Amino acid sequence: MPLPSPITDLEELKNHPAIARLQGWNPRAIESVKFDRDEMTLILDRSAIREACALLKEDPACPFDFLSDVTCVDWYPAEPRFEVVYHLLSIPNKERVRLKVRLNSSSPAVDSITAVWPGANYFEREVYDLFGVRFNGHPHLRRILMPEDWEGHPLRKDYPVEGYR
Amino acid sequence: MAHLTPTPVLEPAQDRTMILNMGPQHPSTHGVLRVLLEIDGENIVRLMPDIGYLHTGIEKTCEAKFYQQVVPLTDRIDYLCPLTNNLCYVLAVEKLLGLEIPPKAQWLRVLLNELTRINSHLVWLGTHALDIGAMTVFLYCFREREEILKIFEMVSGQRMMTSYFRVGGIALEPPLGFFDRVRDFAGYFPEKVDEYEDLLTGNPIWMMRTKGVARITAEDAVALGATGPTLRGSGVDIDLRRDMPYSSYEKFQFKVPVSQEGDVFARYICRVQELRESIGIVRQALDGMPEGPIKADAPGVVLPDREKMKTQMESLIYHFKIITEGFAVPAGEVYQAVESPRGEMGYYIVSDGTAKPYRVHMRSACFANLQTLSKMCEGKLIADVVAAIGSIDIVLGEIDR
Repeated sequence: MPLPSPITDLEELKNHPAIARLQGWNPRAIESVKFDRDEMTLILDRSAIREACALLKEDPACPFDFLSDVTCVDWYPAEPRFEVVYHLLSIPNKERVRLKVRLNSSSPAVDSITAVWPGANYFEREVYDLFGVRFNGHPHLRRILMPEDWEGHPLRKDYPVEGYR
Repeated sequence: MAHLTPTPVLEPAQDRTMILNMGPQHPSTHGVLRVLLEIDGENIVRLMPDIGYLHTGIEKTCEAKFYQQVVPLTDRIDYLCPLTNNLCYVLAVEKLLGLEIPPKAQWLRVLLNELTRINSHLVWLGTHALDIGAMTVFLYCFREREEILKIFEMVSGQRMMTSYFRVGGIALEPPLGFFDRVRDFAGYFPEKVDEYEDLLTGNPIWMMRTKGVARITAEDAVALGATGPTLRGSGVDIDLRRDMPYSSYEKFQFKVPVSQEGDVFARYICRVQELRESIGIVRQALDGMPEGPIKADAPGVVLPDREKMKTQMESLIYHFKIITEGFAVPAGEVYQAVESPRGEMGYYIVSDGTAKPYRVHMRSACFANLQTLSKMCEGKLIADVVAAIGSIDIVLGEIDR
């Protein structure tokens, strides 16, 4: 079964509830979109993430009220190096959407969304611990899985799989 | 090791409070969970879980393996529901590849997943009751769990680390006598659930220890990212098997138990009802098991049959290529979630077009569920912490990965 090619045209996808909502709020918030393998991905401007999440959470037509996951992908040595990935779920509409922000390696930092979903706390700490991405406004940004005095961030691509010996 | 340094990460906020350390080696923490409690007499002022003791870097290891080599790693994440993790991973890779899975393989996956759910809930019920002081239930639960483990051993060769599913299908046809054995089990299991319920549901001591204890509201549970019985115990009616079906769950009839109270008892009732629903799904899977192949028709991805390898040159070449260089997966990304016994288990896989995954992230249900513990316990009594930890059913292997 050949895979259908992804749709990346914003005009074609503008009826999706999340895109319609964010376009109405700030047309520059969405950098690009991709609809691939039945999954919608929005790449957002890094300064828009917190407000975008708050808007999507309160959307009356299709509230993305549940934060499933926050994680990160390291595209080393490409720039922008880090992609922080958010997976939202709409419990009433049974719909998922993926949000992304791209961060440069020089200052990998983005606004924390713990004010919108307190449940983002652990997920953001994990990303901070394993990738070294900082979350501004996080109440308790400490390592969570690795020991407190660990050096480096193990899930970065320039960190060897066997670790440093 | 900072975890072992004496400096507590939690400092007492007032003169009259003190810090109490619970775990990491404590019988009620189900693995190695450390909980720091700030207490005022018997009352908890603040509670802070400290995790990471079982961190093995599985996500990093996955990046160095071929796609098919990741399957055994997924067992090790959550050792109580290995098949659920196998399923979630292979579904994600199949979605990346765009593979069509034959119905028999899908139904077998459902059948085994529901047995896994029963297995996991039995361990939860036994240990949870043991934590609160009901010893007998533990012995009863492990009696039935033993039979499930024997079924797993029969079908996959392993009791716990099954690794039975493959990208594109399942590893082998189930052996002779497998379905009869499962049917036997499905026949007598509901009576056993009655036995557990006789011991607990109406038991005044059990009710006193669980009713009204460690309550959490639906709003808090959603905001903190709780899923599974922890969320359904607070009255939020969502189950991915029914609401976003995968692996042909839409062909099965089952109810999703929901309780409104949000306390330990509500979560207990949800899981016990799930035991009954799961055995119902197992029975439907046995009755309606379709005939046909158990592997997808995708020669470059699925290992050829042993017989064909001996007679067909092509099969031999494919086998050699898959084993030595893996199979390339088209670039892209997917997030696949399944309803594990503990809630939403999700795999986020990024492919860069090579034979090794660029990034594998596991969204662990317990990791998010554990965040509800502070909300459940703050302002309550120390003795209820044990009941609360048991009621969210944590597996530390899955939390720490």
